[in-house]
Amino acid sequence: MISPQEVETMIQSKLPEAKVQVAGDGQHFEAVIVSAEFEGKSRVKQHQLVYSALTEAMASDIIHAIALKTYTPQDWQSANRV
Amino acid sequence: MTPELKAKIDNLLSENKVLVFMKGSKLMPQCGFSNNVVQILNTLGVPYETVDVLEDYEIRQGIKEYSNWPTIPQIYINGEFVGGSDIAIELYQSGELQQMVEVALAS
Repeated sequence: MISPQEVETMIQSKLPEAKVQVAGDGQHFEAVIVSAEFEGKSRVKQHQLVYSALTEAMASDIIHAIALKTYTPQDWQSANRV
Repeated sequence: MTPELKAKIDNLLSENKVLVFMKGSKLMPQCGFSNNVVQILNTLGVPYETVDVLEDYEIRQGIKEYSNWPTIPQIYINGEFVGGSDIAIELYQSGELQQMVEVALAS
């Protein structure tokens, strides 16, 4: 079992300036990540960047699944403007 | 990854314009995420093929390395990695997936 906090820390080790929020039950997680690093990258590339921080945890099945939502700071602003 | 395995995956991708690496089969998906992708492609009504990674351990591990993507399912269109279940849902909702499939099938 791994806590959402620990997953957050892993992601932040790769993307130190990112805003990261993780929720989950210890095996399945949902993460929202806002980072300037995502600018100009396709969604696949953005997710690959996040996965690169989690390679070991996912290969060993400590994390069974994680749903990712990635945003650039700009996307995040427009997504939350109602 | 061995050159043989890479060649095997290359070959699968060159032979199938829309290919899904998944757990289980179209008729009996063995995982909710794989099922999402099958349901989306069925809704689009396009021809596609699937590879059951539960029946081939080599491919199950190899495809993760090949795509640089740690989870199953994985969708390939025209030999290009498109994403997993989350991205498929987003692309379906925005209409982009249909467009990508149509372009691939027409090529």
